[in-house]
Amino acid sequence: MSTRYFGQRIKRNEDVRMLTGQALHVDDVNFADMLHVAFYRSRDAHGYIKEIDVSAAQEREGVVAVYTAEDLGDYWQPGPLLVPPPPTIKGLIFNQRTQVPLAKDKVRYVGEPIVMVVAESRYIAEDAAGDIWVEIEPLPAVIDIEQALSEDAPPIHDDLDSNLAAHVIQRKGDYETAVQQADLVIKRKLKYDRGTAAAMENRGIVAQWDAKSHKLTVWDTTQAPIVIRNGLAAMLGLSEHQVRVIAPFIGGGFGPKIMMFYPEEVLLPWASMKLNRPIKWIEDRQENFFATTQERGQVHEAELALTRDGRVLGLKHNFIHDGGAYIPYGLTVPLNSQANALGPYATPNYYSEFKVAFTNKPIVTPYRGAGRQHGVFVIERMLDIAAKELDLSPIEIRRRNFIQPEAFPYNHEIIFQDFAPLVFDSGNYEPALDMAVEMIGYEQFIKEEQPRLQAEGKKVGIGVAAYVEGTGIGPYEGARITVEASGKVSVASGIGTQGQGHFTSFAQIVADQLGVDVRNVYLVTGDTDQFHWGAGTFASRGAVVAGNAIHSAAVEVRKKILKLASEKLEAAEEDLELADGQVRVKGVPETAINLGSLAVMANPLRGAVRPGTEPGLEATSYFGPESGTTASGVHALIVEVDPETMLVEVKKYVVVHDCGKVINPLILDGQIHGGVAQGLGNAFYEQLHFDENGQLLNASFMDYLLPTALDVPRMEIGHFETLSPLNPLGIKGAGEAGAIPAAPAFVQAVENALGEAGPEILEIPLSPNRLFELVLGVGLTQKTR
Amino acid sequence: MKPPPFEYFAPTTLDEALDYMADYGDEAKPLAGGQSLIPTMNFRLAQPEVLVDLNGLAELAYIRPAAGGVSIGAMTRQRSVERSPLVAEQTPLIHETMPYIAHPQIRNRGTFGGNLAHTDPASELPAVATALNARFRAQSRSGQRWLTADEFFVDLFTTALEPEELLVEIVIPPLPARTGYAFHEISRRHGDYALVGVAATVTLDDSGLCEAARLVYFSVGDKPVEAVQATAALAGQKLSAAAIDAAAEIAATQDIDPPGDIHASVAYRRHLAKVLARQVLAAATARAKQD
Ligand SMILES: Cc1cc2nc3c(=O)[nH]c(=O)nc-3n(C[C@H](O)[C@H](O)[C@H](O)COP(=O)(O)OP(=O)(O)OC[C@H]3O[C@@H](n4cnc5c(N)ncnc54)[C@H](O)[C@@H]3O)c2cc1C
Repeated sequence: MSTRYFGQRIKRNEDVRMLTGQALHVDDVNFADMLHVAFYRSRDAHGYIKEIDVSAAQEREGVVAVYTAEDLGDYWQPGPLLVPPPPTIKGLIFNQRTQVPLAKDKVRYVGEPIVMVVAESRYIAEDAAGDIWVEIEPLPAVIDIEQALSEDAPPIHDDLDSNLAAHVIQRKGDYETAVQQADLVIKRKLKYDRGTAAAMENRGIVAQWDAKSHKLTVWDTTQAPIVIRNGLAAMLGLSEHQVRVIAPFIGGGFGPKIMMFYPEEVLLPWASMKLNRPIKWIEDRQENFFATTQERGQVHEAELALTRDGRVLGLKHNFIHDGGAYIPYGLTVPLNSQANALGPYATPNYYSEFKVAFTNKPIVTPYRGAGRQHGVFVIERMLDIAAKELDLSPIEIRRRNFIQPEAFPYNHEIIFQDFAPLVFDSGNYEPALDMAVEMIGYEQFIKEEQPRLQAEGKKVGIGVAAYVEGTGIGPYEGARITVEASGKVSVASGIGTQGQGHFTSFAQIVADQLGVDVRNVYLVTGDTDQFHWGAGTFASRGAVVAGNAIHSAAVEVRKKILKLASEKLEAAEEDLELADGQVRVKGVPETAINLGSLAVMANPLRGAVRPGTEPGLEATSYFGPESGTTASGVHALIVEVDPETMLVEVKKYVVVHDCGKVINPLILDGQIHGGVAQGLGNAFYEQLHFDENGQLLNASFMDYLLPTALDVPRMEIGHFETLSPLNPLGIKGAGEAGAIPAAPAFVQAVENALGEAGPEILEIPLSPNRLFELVLGVGLTQKTR
Repeated sequence: MKPPPFEYFAPTTLDEALDYMADYGDEAKPLAGGQSLIPTMNFRLAQPEVLVDLNGLAELAYIRPAAGGVSIGAMTRQRSVERSPLVAEQTPLIHETMPYIAHPQIRNRGTFGGNLAHTDPASELPAVATALNARFRAQSRSGQRWLTADEFFVDLFTTALEPEELLVEIVIPPLPARTGYAFHEISRRHGDYALVGVAATVTLDDSGLCEAARLVYFSVGDKPVEAVQATAALAGQKLSAAAIDAAAEIAATQDIDPPGDIHASVAYRRHLAKVLARQVLAAATARAKQD
């Protein structure tokens, strides 16, 4: 019998290497004659470049080259638009402006690179960057997203009359009719401020041009090595076969590493070719706060129309999205916000209009959740407020509005980020809510614990929030699986890996099909010389899209094994089994052939391979889903707020998660833990503070507060499986879910803890300081002694 | 985040170190645990031309009894102070404070003297040292001198040390009889510098009234800030909840003039200062009664 790995909580194949420092990261790539890069970055958020003087830098000993935009000649080009706006949305405005390798006439955010210094060491390169003189004629900085769109805001892109980057209206049904029918309409303004992904490993690039073999190798912390390879080849005038991009082990992606092309990604390979030497740039933590993309600034105006019994008739949801200085990633983030405000709820009428504003701040691209949390925040808060008005429990109002299980596939009618209509393939929301309510002990808390603790003067509260996550979008991924003569099975895929456990979960899929030990499945990913095709790891799509491609290739290899073994053993395929790394006639162990031996038979040194047959036990397959699959879940937590200091402690945290068929619950739990940590960081710790001049006031981990291991609570996780009909394995993505509903659940719990006399909270992130201000606003602290 | 070039010396005796300090004076910075200096250099906020590494000076790493109190060598690691039974017994306020400084990893390298010499306004030890009337021994090639805490802490990141001087020893005298002590701080995360923190001592007279009290804040000004009006109001008083409340109010509204920043507004700092004052004065009073 073959071992069933799929669904098992097995430990990760890659952990020994990672935990013992044996995993290759970009900064581990070293060459004897390697050069190092540092950048002179703009100190002004907005202004015209009047003069650049690099002479002192050029003269410094150990400096090899100093480049400005002028030196790039025709190579200087704005970056590509990664995701164009959906062609099917009518009346859409989109002003494409993408980042440039080095600022030429104008700087548009603090940290924008102006000069690239190449030197014998990073130390010298930084010294030389300090020698550079750049004169900027400053312009007023555009920081506040609402003001950015006002008439008197100076345009950040001079050829536009305003800072409007995009304008999109989407509707379903007729919201105005809903208002006429409604018993209650509530209106609120909600805010969500910026944060940064703060991956453990910053970005880094090593580029090595080999003049003799005429090949360029680039090690890059990218989430999309294949797309980088294709782009670089085109930009540098090389064949795709002359460029090899390797995305080795990466200490966290979270989205910002899917952005391309970062200026450094364009410049390093070019400079390596020009100087004919290997060249390295490792982003330091300070640079990361400016040079890596960020997310999350949005201001929302929402209106919810309901019946007396809490049924949502319609939602109006208008918002402004902070695009930052350039918008290379198109509309992915605001489209996610727009879609996710519908949540798991059957909202018959929806009107949503958003504007994207250019601001003098770092570029915004998706970061774990990618705009979904804004939509979830809006609808979950609005439901909470409506529940209060209607004297319903927050649980009940959600229950009454869930899309019912028989309604799937459920068409929300608007267009999603993958250009397809927003259709939820499957889901079953109420049981997940019940499970979460049960696990957190909702009834008991509300009826007994809370009154008892409140009577003791403790401010404890509970929050429950539901969400959906559109995952596993196309276009496609592929994989090639080979049984090697050793009996080991190799799997090559193009997607790249940043800690998701691919070396294990993908191996589990293969091991089950081929009846081999999971440790004998060797995965190669993120090396463009190993697999030519693919898109990348993003949008919670790895397991869904690459996982199913790998499954399909494994099924093909299995067929080849059975076919050849049936010939060799003179037995019918149905009578064969694959187990223990062997193929054999069921019940006749002496017939066993090791898969390695069979692989050799399939690739003979003599004798003809018959026409129509391919050598070896190998297959390549692709999987491209027509549309994304919708995962869902519920978070619930209990908090205690110290009424004197406004510090908040999470006492209990529960996640009920439905991402279809689970490959490895251990890995899934890890994904959720990390996501919740980021979600809570977003809710209560992390915030990028820009002053009115666009200077970031907290560009270090001393002042940008990530929740540490000591601040993140233990979580209890319940799994619920509603299989996706859109792929053979029935799986849905899980990468972002943890981060999405944490903030609204947290806010609901804090609000609940502060009680009737407390404030209504309509913003994220919070902090003790901000809570103090909010509470003071309603006069609570005066009352507490 | 790489420092600019600097020259580096690693003396093995104090005399040798003082020679380097005398020779390089203004350009030199002593390197202790490096937990504050190295980050500042990597941010290029400090660009010393010479580093004189004190880590080879075993003679400056000690904790000894001293006339009922404790004497601590400047190069003693913070973690050693935290774990010292002598410190726990003779100067328990320091013992209780140490775990609030950063994280164990940092306390393993960071030194007691380096922390005080650095004089970060958000740092715990300068306030505690002030509350405890610690004395500081500064030494240079030409001799040594003793400074009180008031003399030693001059301003933001500034002490009274001359460029060629090193801090070599800190002496913490014993607390008077019938004295209680307490320490508390509010920080965003475990191990962070405090938003506001405070150390207190309370000495009772024979009749149980307040003979003297000290209330020293950190993170509310450029250096440790002593709430003198608040403690003056307590002198001769019975330390009732109402009296403590009144003193806390004075401390928060009159004694301190805290800055506002992204983590805490002026109003929030004042509010925390009041909450903390109440807590530490009550705790110190309770201990004084048992002493
Ligand atoms: C993440 C993190 C969190 C931290 N949190 C806290 C905290 O909560 N509270 C807190 O108090 N500190 C905190 N610190 C700072 C830590 O306590 C430092 O160790 C301490 O401030 C400096 O001690 P050091 O031995 O590392 O000195 P160094 O960094 O080596 O030196 C600091 C300064 O003092 C000078 N100096 C050092 N020794 C002498 C001497 N003997 N004579 C004259 N000058 C000298 C140096 O030249 C330098 O200017 C934190 C540090 C980090 C990295």
